[in-house]
Amino acid sequence: MTHNPGRRGFLLGGAVLGAGALITACTSNEPAAQASTPAAPAAAAPGGNDAPGEKVVIGFSAPAADHGWIAAIAKNAADAAKQYSDVEFKPVEPTNDINQQISAVESLIQAKVDALVILPNDGQQLNQVARQAMDAGIPVVNLDRVFPDKLSYRTWIGGDNYGMGVAAGHFIGKTLKDKGVTDPVILEIQGIATLPLTQERSKGFADALKTYGFTVTAQQDAKFTVESGTQVASNLLQAHKKIDAIWNHDDDQGIGVLAAIKEAGRDEFFMVGGAGSANAMREIQADNGVLKATVTYSPTMAASAIKLARLIAQGKGMSDLMEQEVPQSITLASETITKENVQKYLPLGFES
Amino acid sequence: MTEVDQAAPADAPVKAAGPGGRLGRLGEVRHLGLVAALVLLAIVGVVTRPENFATSSNLVSILALASTIGVITVGMTFVIIGGGIDLSVGALMALASVWATTLATQSYGPVVMIVCALLVGTGAGLLNGILIAYGRIVPFIATLATMVAARGLAQRMSNQRTQLVRPENSMIVDLSTTRVLGLPLLVYVFALVVLVGWVVLNRTTFGRRTYAVGGNPEAARLAGIDVRRHTLMLYALSGLCCGIAAVLIMARTTTGSSTHGDLYELDAIAAVIIGGTLLSGGRGTIMGSILGLLIFTVITNLFILNGLNTADQLVAKGAIIVVAVLLQRRGLRSQT
Repeated sequence: MTHNPGRRGFLLGGAVLGAGALITACTSNEPAAQASTPAAPAAAAPGGNDAPGEKVVIGFSAPAADHGWIAAIAKNAADAAKQYSDVEFKPVEPTNDINQQISAVESLIQAKVDALVILPNDGQQLNQVARQAMDAGIPVVNLDRVFPDKLSYRTWIGGDNYGMGVAAGHFIGKTLKDKGVTDPVILEIQGIATLPLTQERSKGFADALKTYGFTVTAQQDAKFTVESGTQVASNLLQAHKKIDAIWNHDDDQGIGVLAAIKEAGRDEFFMVGGAGSANAMREIQADNGVLKATVTYSPTMAASAIKLARLIAQGKGMSDLMEQEVPQSITLASETITKENVQKYLPLGFES
Repeated sequence: MTEVDQAAPADAPVKAAGPGGRLGRLGEVRHLGLVAALVLLAIVGVVTRPENFATSSNLVSILALASTIGVITVGMTFVIIGGGIDLSVGALMALASVWATTLATQSYGPVVMIVCALLVGTGAGLLNGILIAYGRIVPFIATLATMVAARGLAQRMSNQRTQLVRPENSMIVDLSTTRVLGLPLLVYVFALVVLVGWVVLNRTTFGRRTYAVGGNPEAARLAGIDVRRHTLMLYALSGLCCGIAAVLIMARTTTGSSTHGDLYELDAIAAVIIGGTLLSGGRGTIMGSILGLLIFTVITNLFILNGLNTADQLVAKGAIIVVAVLLQRRGLRSQT
């Protein structure tokens, strides 16, 4: 990979805003992304199912990436499809507009794809069009955000938000218990507080902490952005002079949270992240800051969704299970990544 | 503080071009109100969280939080006094932060990163100015367009990823972590921008002309001011402020990201309005805007210190905007 930043590109680029050709010269981010993200997520041991079969076309629709996690979803899906010579991958333009996503899915139905993988912007609002696909005989693999109507999808695969909270709660609870801390100050930095997924994460966290007799001292939301993470964290650090543990729901905003902690020069507590970004994993591995663990909500689920769609379209079951067909729903476990096992997870981490 | 009354028509710009007036009584009263509001908030802080609020580290934290958006607010004050509006500030800051943190730019070192951020901000501001002054597009529409486009460009350039400032360029981050006399360097940058902004607005021809152009552009033109060129410069100035803010946000968050500066335009406009600047232009002060901004920052701080959530903050901020504007209108009426 040749990475030549191009001095001329930069100098001109600074002067002329919005000249497309120059932008490409100035934004060569690819090397980093390529270097640190493996070509394809490490797959589980291949069973007989990976042998090429009947050729299938898999349509894919997801929201536009406004966040490292969604970007990783699209990449994981494309990479998984590339592994198979019998899969033709047909992604549609990602969008954050409900209307556009509906038309995109409609276009895939009209193209008569063999299976659809849909991560809807909103499960409720995309339910109707997913149902149309199913009615037209196209199996839908529903990724993460669930459709309310079971007739609208063949299989659902997604993460466990409640479980994420539980994993974080157990890690924090157990660590503090082992240290013999009584009445600890535990802070929680949420993503967008109004989302059901955030509320589930918080509930899981509180429930798990309760088993150790602990409660959350304070809770603030940081909108999933780095900047907001910095702001909220620097205020929280002022509000609490002595902290024992922090759970931050999202590793992307966690960059900002860590920046604020560093700026304040605080290190009397430990922090647990969420989602499992490559950056957070490198922090955990380096073990020179407050971040000691992160609980996963892994975008590898998109790769698995493509695999499931292929199996369903080819009429196969999952070779490790007894059943002849793919299960109706699969909930991923939220795994806890610490210094001990981070090596194993690093290839799966997504760049924020 | 020089307050030039531009509300009166026709002969006003001529007056504006002359020596500045004394401390306008209206401005004095208005600022007193803002200071009183801040004092009130401080009392609330001391009463509700005595052990946390009035500590030096908390006050430093409030100033550091206010710095980024404060720099943008200075630029916004110029634009609004000049009779315009700039909705693109948050997006421009995001774009500048992204452009300055691409691998290509970062390979040239921290100084080039800073220059890059400033150039991108100023360049985009110039584009705003050209569209408005020479393309005759209404400021609201022109800056709305650049807001959307700049945000999109920032997403494209960064591939929607958060770009970390690399360790070898940590000089940028030092702006936030290095302290001089107990204050992070970025607070000094903020103070410098406010000072320069104040001097330019109150002690230079450029400042006088800004009041004149905002108060009555036609009269300003007749008085021999190149209104279009001046308008262009105002937006370029606002863009430059966005570039400076981008450097500060890179220092604070250690990243460049297309998500930076979300809704900054509204916070900055609100701060300017609370500070007593007329949205129709021709009247306003930098100090008022900064006080308005500090009120917002202190409210956020108070809410988090007391463990209240974002939803309540938003309600409080909305209420404050309405109350501030109502009080100002009463103040205006009692003057006439």
